[in-house]
Amino acid sequence: MLKFSNLSYSKQRLAIIVAFSFIPLALLITFAYLPVINMFKYSFSDWNGYSKRLEYVGFENYIKIFTDPEYFSVFKVSLYYFVATFVQMGLALYFASILSFQTWFKNFFKGVLFFPSLMNGVAIGFIFLFFFKPDGTLDTLLQAVGLGSYVKLWLGNPEIINISLAGTSIWRYMGFNFIVFLGAISSISSDLYEAADIDGANRWHQFRSIILPSIKRILQLNLILAISGAVSAFDIPYIMTGGSNGSETFVIQTLDVAFKYSKVGLASAMAVILLLIVIAVTLLQRLLIRGEED
Amino acid sequence: MKLSKVLMSLLSVVLLAGLFTGCTSKKDEPAASSDPKAVEGEITVITQRTDIVDTVFQDYAKEFNKLYPNVKVNFQALADYDGQIKIRMGTRDYGDVLLIPGSIPVEELPNFFEPLGTYEEMKNKYTGIEERTVDHNSYGIPIAMVYSGVIYNKKVFKDAGITQLPKTPDQFLTALQQIKDKTKAVPLFTNYASGWALTQWESSLATLAGTKEYVNVTQPNTDDNFTKGQPHYELYKVLYDAAKKGLIEKDPTTTDWETSKADLAQGKIGTMVLGSWAIDQIKSTAPNKDDIGFMPFPTNASKVLVPLAGDFNLGINVNSENKPAARAWVDWFTEKSNYAVEQAGSISPLKGAPMPSILKQYEDQGVVFETLTPSPKGQEGIVDKIDKMGEIGLWQPDFKKRIIEAAVGNRPESYDAIMKDLNDAWVKARAEVAAKEAK
Repeated sequence: MLKFSNLSYSKQRLAIIVAFSFIPLALLITFAYLPVINMFKYSFSDWNGYSKRLEYVGFENYIKIFTDPEYFSVFKVSLYYFVATFVQMGLALYFASILSFQTWFKNFFKGVLFFPSLMNGVAIGFIFLFFFKPDGTLDTLLQAVGLGSYVKLWLGNPEIINISLAGTSIWRYMGFNFIVFLGAISSISSDLYEAADIDGANRWHQFRSIILPSIKRILQLNLILAISGAVSAFDIPYIMTGGSNGSETFVIQTLDVAFKYSKVGLASAMAVILLLIVIAVTLLQRLLIRGEED
Repeated sequence: MKLSKVLMSLLSVVLLAGLFTGCTSKKDEPAASSDPKAVEGEITVITQRTDIVDTVFQDYAKEFNKLYPNVKVNFQALADYDGQIKIRMGTRDYGDVLLIPGSIPVEELPNFFEPLGTYEEMKNKYTGIEERTVDHNSYGIPIAMVYSGVIYNKKVFKDAGITQLPKTPDQFLTALQQIKDKTKAVPLFTNYASGWALTQWESSLATLAGTKEYVNVTQPNTDDNFTKGQPHYELYKVLYDAAKKGLIEKDPTTTDWETSKADLAQGKIGTMVLGSWAIDQIKSTAPNKDDIGFMPFPTNASKVLVPLAGDFNLGINVNSENKPAARAWVDWFTEKSNYAVEQAGSISPLKGAPMPSILKQYEDQGVVFETLTPSPKGQEGIVDKIDKMGEIGLWQPDFKKRIIEAAVGNRPESYDAIMKDLNDAWVKARAEVAAKEAK
């Protein structure tokens, strides 16, 4: 009789590996690779998203994106999020370092800092809409502490709108960076700190010579994630302003092209370009990191 | 080995069976059965009214079942109707009865919807069906006929000392200024943040043109769509001027649609440019329902024309398996439910339906309510094609937002520069569409 336990160990192992990989692989292929392949296909067509008719137009869509400055000019907005990335990482690292030493209410602060990452993006969008409204929370707060003269139209002024939105984005994503840093820092052996204390190193020395080198990898990883996040910034500006008043990012523009103007072909080409940019950024960073190690 | 063979053959049988059922054409025409009891089946009706799907629509189903006891009606409501239904239409499963999304080009309708009858048969019974007619066949019936213009608060007007309703853009702007000077109300609320509310302005295009031919007949054949003196230029100039003079809300970027309805009702807002469908929603929050008034959009045209347009059109899924039942629902809904008047606050699509009382005063003043002339043969849906080709967005909020941003000083552009930009895009797209059609 055929029994699983009668099979040799290596065959059992193979059977289990195959069986256990099947579902995740099937999910991955159905929901990640097939759509991407289709996206590449659509990017060479003039499909409108629902029609039964689909005509291949070669590289026309790509040519259009690269020749019409309108499609690329929105990357200027990404610069705000790019700068915000560094502020976000800096703050996260600062808080993670402080909270890894003995402080009062350590766990309370950890919770407070991590809390925003648990919240739904839509909820955050609405909270900050109220926050930035004329006579909203921020204005009231400024009036209360006597800084009323600094009150501005936080979302109405196109000079400030992207700073306001990038600020919201920092608030939303800092907690995630923070928790990752905290995890990395707590994996450092406490012996090292003790030895450093005996040698007379202060907190700053400890940070520079122990913490920073130990979490370099994690720092790099977070940086890659944050930068590709900055290039593809979407949820905060989309929920709060819908991309109006000069806050349109590349992803919002792609959505508009696909669903407002029914040009799914062109939008797919834009998505492909965004994908390539993110891959390029990641590769570039890996190359630079490798260069450092040599 | 044997097992896998059995499995393979089983699988292939299943696959083949799927293939054949997919291929068998369904020829059962939705013939209007004479006996309502003979109509049976289960249908799914998809609607955009998330607010009343569990209340009013359930009552409709009960009423409908009195006449057609053997039909079971299920409802589905979609919040972002146009966006979601378009994606579902990529499959075969998009309900039995649904609203035809406005963004589907007319010539594509036969691929998705069942013909409801020839235009010649239908036109004696319904108004507004010409918009969804392809090759003499009608594919949809409007759920209501809506009219567009300015909804205003009579009390605010009175407090501001406006005795006569403004008729021209200049009078309108003067009136708005009076509201600003004499009351605390926001003269004209744009609802900039919601986006879609700004698209309501486009419905008044025919009023500015003063003729029912402009939108579908003149517009697609002109290269001067946004130049000075043309309806589009004059229409959005009102928006620009009002914004420039500070007659709109303080920070448009943080407005909220739900609050704005109550604010207009309570006299915190003077006017909003909307369709008739909003009147009842606003009235429902008003302390005094009689305060809410409607007026045609201000125009310099010699004749004041308020265009009547079909709201969403009701159609039947071409893949439906219960077409007679679906047809029964469409007929019942448009003829007997009284949805158009009670729920949409507008006019019934049935020919000869009475005018709502809010419009009576205008009939006496010589204001005419008419449907737009449909596109001439061979040009169906061409405005839409040019619009999308040029990414102009006549029915999208984008350039309206741009106008407001420019007017309040957020953009270093003049009104004429925006209009020139739009016109250039229009001319270019029109040429491209013409070249494509010629191919």
